[in-house]
Amino acid sequence: MVDPKRNGGYLDFEKPMVELEEKILALQESANGNDLDVTAEVDQLRDRVQKLGKQIFSSLEPWQRVQLARHPRRPYTLDYVARVFDSFTELHGDRLYGDDAAIVGGFARLGARQVMVIGHQKGRDTKSNLHRNFGMPHPEGYRKALRLMEMAARFGRPIVTFVDTPGAYPGVGAEERGQAEAIARSLFVMSRLPVPILVIIAGEGGSGGALALAVGDRVFMLENSIYSVISPEGCAAILWKDRAKAPQAAAAMRITAEEVHKLGVVDKVVAEPLGGAHRDMDGMAETLRTLIESSFDELEAMSPQALVASRLQRFLNIGVVHQE
Amino acid sequence: MSWLKRARKGIRFLNSADEAAVPKKELPENLWTKCSECGDLVYHKELATNLWVCYQCGYHFPIASQKYIELLLDPGSFEETHTGLVSMDPLNFRDSKKYKDRIKENRSKTGREDAVITGAGAIDGIPISLSVMDFSFMGGSMGSVVGEKIARAIKDGIDRRVPVIIISRSGGARMQESILSLMQMAKTSAMLARLSEEGLPYISVLTHPTTGGVTASFAMLGDVILAEPKALIGFAGARVIKQTINAELPDGFQMSEFLLEHGMIDRIFERKNLRNEIRDLLLFLWKDAQSYRGEPTDDVPQLASSSDS
Ligand SMILES: [Zn+2]
Repeated sequence: MVDPKRNGGYLDFEKPMVELEEKILALQESANGNDLDVTAEVDQLRDRVQKLGKQIFSSLEPWQRVQLARHPRRPYTLDYVARVFDSFTELHGDRLYGDDAAIVGGFARLGARQVMVIGHQKGRDTKSNLHRNFGMPHPEGYRKALRLMEMAARFGRPIVTFVDTPGAYPGVGAEERGQAEAIARSLFVMSRLPVPILVIIAGEGGSGGALALAVGDRVFMLENSIYSVISPEGCAAILWKDRAKAPQAAAAMRITAEEVHKLGVVDKVVAEPLGGAHRDMDGMAETLRTLIESSFDELEAMSPQALVASRLQRFLNIGVVHQE
Repeated sequence: MSWLKRARKGIRFLNSADEAAVPKKELPENLWTKCSECGDLVYHKELATNLWVCYQCGYHFPIASQKYIELLLDPGSFEETHTGLVSMDPLNFRDSKKYKDRIKENRSKTGREDAVITGAGAIDGIPISLSVMDFSFMGGSMGSVVGEKIARAIKDGIDRRVPVIIISRSGGARMQESILSLMQMAKTSAMLARLSEEGLPYISVLTHPTTGGVTASFAMLGDVILAEPKALIGFAGARVIKQTINAELPDGFQMSEFLLEHGMIDRIFERKNLRNEIRDLLLFLWKDAQSYRGEPTDDVPQLASSSDS
């Protein structure tokens, strides 16, 4: 768990909550030393934290959601894997070029189920971020994911993906090795895999690089995640000619979970613990485990044919056009 | 008479009369045009009879969607489908301009409803379902309308049991429709996966430029992928890549020739050979094709051996 006392890395708008929590800790520490009963004060402060949290988090601007989705303390795929599943064995490599650490995948046990778990993976510090390429995959990452998903389908195992990437990596090697083809192939193949696919947009749903892991039967978005066709900064640079207009672009593109849900792109917005998933990873993981299990219960009742037919229909239904 | 001979005689083909369909930026109205590749001044009328390919250096000038339809299909065989589909601006999007106004302006400027034309047609009698993107309409960007029309054109292929051809030319996804435009990548790719299950071929033709979400979906999914010479084809924009890696990009980066070298496309075609290349591909990929062909013409051109002469 994150220790609210010792670490920085909080966003401005969370600070009032964090400061109150620090007060609670300080109070408890001083009480420990000299036999004082501070229960009443602590309860009162906790109450204030709750109220303050509700007040702050019920009226977040889209840009604040973007900041939460990119929060340096936000749980990443492996944080969820460790908490949601009973075991996990990572599998590596695309069998073509390399092993991309920006995407992790492997098999996991979830109660009585064996499932394939795949997700983008960011790092926590400079070193791990360089290793994970900030969660921006190369083509080999997508080809590894696809290899694992096809394998799961071959052996009748359902798939869960965690989506959290700024986007597919824009680099020379990525283009040379066919970033576009890797993403396109993923969309093509995922749409027909005859096993249930659950998608959890957990943090940044950055463009094609996110979508490549997101063609599923059920697509869920965590409350403070975002999903967009281009980063707010990229959109601002093109349409406003000014990257600093990113907050405006974030609002205009309607990239929050609530808005994306309204547009019919995701099936459900998953509530996060008060203050965001990073403040209670275990609680978030518990919610997800329940959701994943109940979703598999539903989907496993369908025949493979019905499953892929409804998955196709799910994506055909998305979009708004008018017949003149 | 061969198709090329008809073209040279100027029968309903690329004559100056239908230049109205071509955005002014692409084809200046003066008599001479400076080739953007070799810098030579080329006479407009000659350029038109040469399918807007520079005589000197072979540079392929960008042409409008209507021209590809004429270039590819048997005269009179094209029947446009899925007309009247227009964008609804579901996000109520506004940057410096309202998206609604942009749509209106682009419609009146181009005379098109959106950035793709779909239809049924035939190549040497072989029926196909064709989609041609139009760069002049908001940079050929893919929003709900483009995704829907292309998905429907692919479904037409399945329903009519005919091959699908898509000629791409696009800056990528349409930001003004945000997540809905991203989802069109999944929609079109999923439909192509269905087509593939039906054993029907899909030929993807890439023209300058094909980038972003269009490249990362249907454009790169052809059973066979053809590209015009020196077309810009890529996923990420060159400017973004340069900023990210903080270094110069290699020569010819993201050009057709670069993609061919890296194994990402099957062939680079010269515009004058497009129709024959696709006809021959259809005959190879689709066993039913032969039965649709009429009398073989006396001067069937061969599939060009290579374009990298
Ligand atoms: Zn030239």
